[in-house]
Parts: sequence; C-alpha cells; structure tokens
Amino acid sequence: MVPVIEVNELTKRYGSTTAVKDLTFTVRPGQVTGFLGPNGAGKSTTLRMILGLHEPTSGTVTVDGRSFADRPRGLRHVGSLLDAHDVHGGRSAEAQLSALARSNRIPQRRVEEVLREVGLAEVARRRIGGFSLGMKQRLGIASALLGEPPVLLFDEPLNGLDPEGVKWVRDLFRRLAAEGRTVFVSSHLMSEMEHTADQLIVIGRGELIAAESLAEFSARGTRPSVTVGTPAAAVLRGLLTAEGAVVGTAGDLLAVTGATAVRIGEIAMEHRIPLHHLSTRSASLEEAFMELTADSVQYLAGDPT
Amino acid sequence: MTSAYASVGGLGADEPRARFLDLVAAEWIKLRSLRSTWIAYGATAPAVIAFNAGTAYDTYSHWPERGAAERADFVRAGIPLQEAFTANAAMVMMLALGAIGALVILGEYSTGTIRTTFAAVPDRRSVMAAKTVVVTAVTSVFGSIVAGVSFVLTQTILDGRGAGVPISHPGALRVVVASALLAPVCAVVGMAIGSVVRHTSATMIASVAVILVLPLVFSDGRHWSAVAGHATIYQAWLRLVDLGSPRTDFPWTTGGAWAVYAVWALAAAVLAVTSAQRRDQ
Repeated sequence: MVPVIEVNELTKRYGSTTAVKDLTFTVRPGQVTGFLGPNGAGKSTTLRMILGLHEPTSGTVTVDGRSFADRPRGLRHVGSLLDAHDVHGGRSAEAQLSALARSNRIPQRRVEEVLREVGLAEVARRRIGGFSLGMKQRLGIASALLGEPPVLLFDEPLNGLDPEGVKWVRDLFRRLAAEGRTVFVSSHLMSEMEHTADQLIVIGRGELIAAESLAEFSARGTRPSVTVGTPAAAVLRGLLTAEGAVVGTAGDLLAVTGATAVRIGEIAMEHRIPLHHLSTRSASLEEAFMELTADSVQYLAGDPT
Repeated sequence: MTSAYASVGGLGADEPRARFLDLVAAEWIKLRSLRSTWIAYGATAPAVIAFNAGTAYDTYSHWPERGAAERADFVRAGIPLQEAFTANAAMVMMLALGAIGALVILGEYSTGTIRTTFAAVPDRRSVMAAKTVVVTAVTSVFGSIVAGVSFVLTQTILDGRGAGVPISHPGALRVVVASALLAPVCAVVGMAIGSVVRHTSATMIASVAVILVLPLVFSDGRHWSAVAGHATIYQAWLRLVDLGSPRTDFPWTTGGAWAVYAVWALAAAVLAVTSAQRRDQ
C-alpha cells in the first residue's frame, strides 16, 4: 500500500515556541489511523499543515504525492473536520454545505445525501448557532464527506457526541476505511482510539513518540503487575523484595511488579504462606499511553513549575 | 497518475475543471444566507434616503420664507442637485458600507469559517477575488438603488415648489452615479482593511480613520495638503457632486476625482485578494 499522507521532517515554530519538531510519519489507506497526544502536543498544528492552512517552518507534507495547498479545489481530495466551531452561526446547515459544494462543483444532491447520512436532515434549515456541539460535529463530518474524498482528516471528532453518536462515528470511520479510504483521526484520549484505530501515531511536545499498530502499542511499555492478598504481608514482602521484585501496596493488598503470579505462588508455598488473593492485571492502553507520554505532557495538573 | 485508492468514491475520480464562476456563486450563497447581511442593508438604505429626503422637505416647508430672487436663483445655483444626495447622507453611507464590506471577511475570520473555506478551496486568491466580485456587485446594486431613490424622492418633494430638476438636467446623472459608486468603493476598502487587520474592533477603527478622518485632516490650505485631501474618497465625491466652479486655490478636474475612486477600488481589491496568501490561517 502506497502511503497517502507523507509527513517529512516537519517543523513549525511560532516565534520562540516550537509546536512541531522534526516530525516524520506516513498514513496509509484502508485503515483508521489514530493521531494521539496530550493537549498541546501539536496535533492540530500538524493537521493544519497537512491542509496547507499553516506553512511549515521547515520540512514537507504531501497528500497523494502533492502539497494540498497546490490544488485549486480540495473537497474531492481531502475531507476535513478541524474544529466544529469553524462555521458561521448565522447560516443554516444547508446553506453552509451548499456554498461548500458549489465552490467545488459538487452536485447539490450531495448536500441532501450527507445531511441524511449524519442525521441532520430534519434541522437542515435551522441556524447553526442553535446547534449543540454534537450537532456541529455531525455537520463538520457532513462537510468532510461532501466530496466523497479518498482522504479524511478529523480533529477530535468525538468531542460533544453522546454514546450513540460515538458509536455512529466509529462505525462510519471503520466503513470509510473498509472502502479503501485513508482515515486520520486525532484524539487526546487513548480510550477513544482503542476501538477505532488500526494504526497509531503518538506525539508529545511536537515530537514523534510512536508510530505503530494498536497491537504493538499495547504490548510496549506495559509491565503487568500482580495483586496479592495475604495475612502475612510483611513476610511475603521481604521474600519478594529479596527475589528482586518491587512491592507496593494497593489498599490491603500488595501490588507486585517484577515477579509473575506463578513465581509468587511458588514462593508462598515454599514458605507456607497462605494466599487469599492472587491476580495478574495488565495495564490498559490508556495507562500505556499515559506512561509513554508522561515526559511530554505540557500542562500537568499540580505541576509545581 | 494512478493512486492506490483510485476506485474509491464517485466524485473524485473524474474531477471537473475548477471554475471561478462557481466560487462567485458560492460566495453569493454565503452572503445571502446571512440574515445580518439583509439587516445591515435594510437599515442603511432608509437612513441614507431619509437624510436626503429630510433636507428636501426642509427646503419645501421653508420655501415661503424665501424671496423671489432667491427662488429664481435656486435651480441655477445647483441646489436641487446638492439636495439629491447630501454630504451627511454620503458620510453615513460611506461609514456603513465600509463596515458592511469589512464584515464580509471578518465574519469568516472571527468565526473560523475561513479555515473551512480555505480547506475546501486551497486557491485562496481565487476565493478572495470571488468575494470581492460579489461584494462589489451587491453594493453597486445597493448604491444605485439608494442614490436613484434619493434623487427621485428629493426632486419630487422639490417639484412641489416647482424647484426640482429631471435626471436629464446637466450634471444630475453625475451626482447620482458618483453617489451610487460610494457604496462599492467603500465596501471594497472596508473589506481590504478587514482582510489585512483580521480583527473586528481594530478594523472598524481603521475603517473610520480612512473614510472619515483622512478627508478632514487634509485641508485646502497648502498645496501638498490639498493634493493629499483630493486623494481621499470623500473629497473626490465632493468634487464630483460640486457642479459650480470649485471654490479652492487648488482646483482639480472631475476626471481626477473619478481616478481617485478607481485607484482606491483597485488598490483595495488587490490588497483583499492577496492578503490571505502567505499567512497562516
């Protein structure tokens, strides 16, 4: 599969602030690629550079081998939803989409089609200003679908959607990818991507942290811990520490890393220590993500600096 | 070029040639779909017409106080045409249209719509050119209606005293056209300022400075000041509607005044069209 979006040593500085630094990755068709990073990691800046809205300080970004800014019309090539609020509240959804369609010579029937597809047909003539965030997200998705583009970019599309809406968006993304399209979706929450993305691009402070499949990502950086319940906690703690394991506490239980449940069971039996509880828990994707980006979180709550 | 996803979608496969006319149509849809557009035009037109009709009515009601000689001289002195479009009305229309023109682009910047627009049409110059075309066309129609209605209404009122003039009267057409054109010239200037400044309050201040303050700063006292003053839109309009011999030490032709209109409009259009090209949106 030929990569469709190619980001090459992309750097963007605003004055003395570096928003994106030497970023290189590719996004392939037929998959949903999640674009993950904490707030302020440079996701939106990167998406804007892909769309030619912001000029890179250095480096290049192409979509289907061309700089997007060089195309006279965009909607048949890349559909995008950057910010659901990027619309004039005084217009109706229908007028907004009609203007977009007309500018790209897209037949008016597509406006009705996408409005039906996103479930806004009923409110098509109402002013967007009265829409909820979830409705605006649906309208933004409708704009992105207008030109039936092979590439779709979405910046935090799940914000403000109800559970039904979230499921609908996930199914839509999966369907678009199954049709062979390139779907690139940003989020700052791993949990949103867990059931949506096939591939992940993870960035922090404008730099690439990981670019791999969801399975590879979940395998890395996750050290399973074993939870142990025993009346002889102090004795077991000493024995496990002597074995080289790290022992912490989790309520009344011990949280052990560096030793498997099997090994802990054997040690307990050798020393005739009764166990009431023994379970392994592997870290969730969310924890893997937090662990991986911990060094690059820009706005940390309770940060003394 | 063959893509890995050439089979995807029904629209992308055979993309039609990009046409400028479609951008103009899209901008027209955007303009007419905003209620605020119609409110702004709807509020400005009666205000401007009322300023003119009010002056004519004033003349009408005080007519019996005028002496016979004064009455006889009324038409010859060109006063009916001065009342066809008054200086107050001109100033109101200039300021309102400057703001209306600026809001066309500020409405996009302040709401973020500009990003949606440019992501759909990466050819920014063409988008801005289409916007300029639509604003020019709509405000030209608006200016013609306001100036036309003002002329008919004021002269009808003056006719009640036998003091009105027809449109065939020498200079009458020039007054109407010069006044009508204030609308598109000021709207495009406002749009250009909005495109460059991109912030609503700063744009409004700059727009008032250019339209209202500049022509007042430069008086006819010295040559350089007179020339600078003549280069302002308001003084150009004053020159065009002044049908007598201008009372100034530094006279200038109506051709020069028309040229001032043209230069402002063209320079503003160029500024508006090129302003978005190299900036991050």
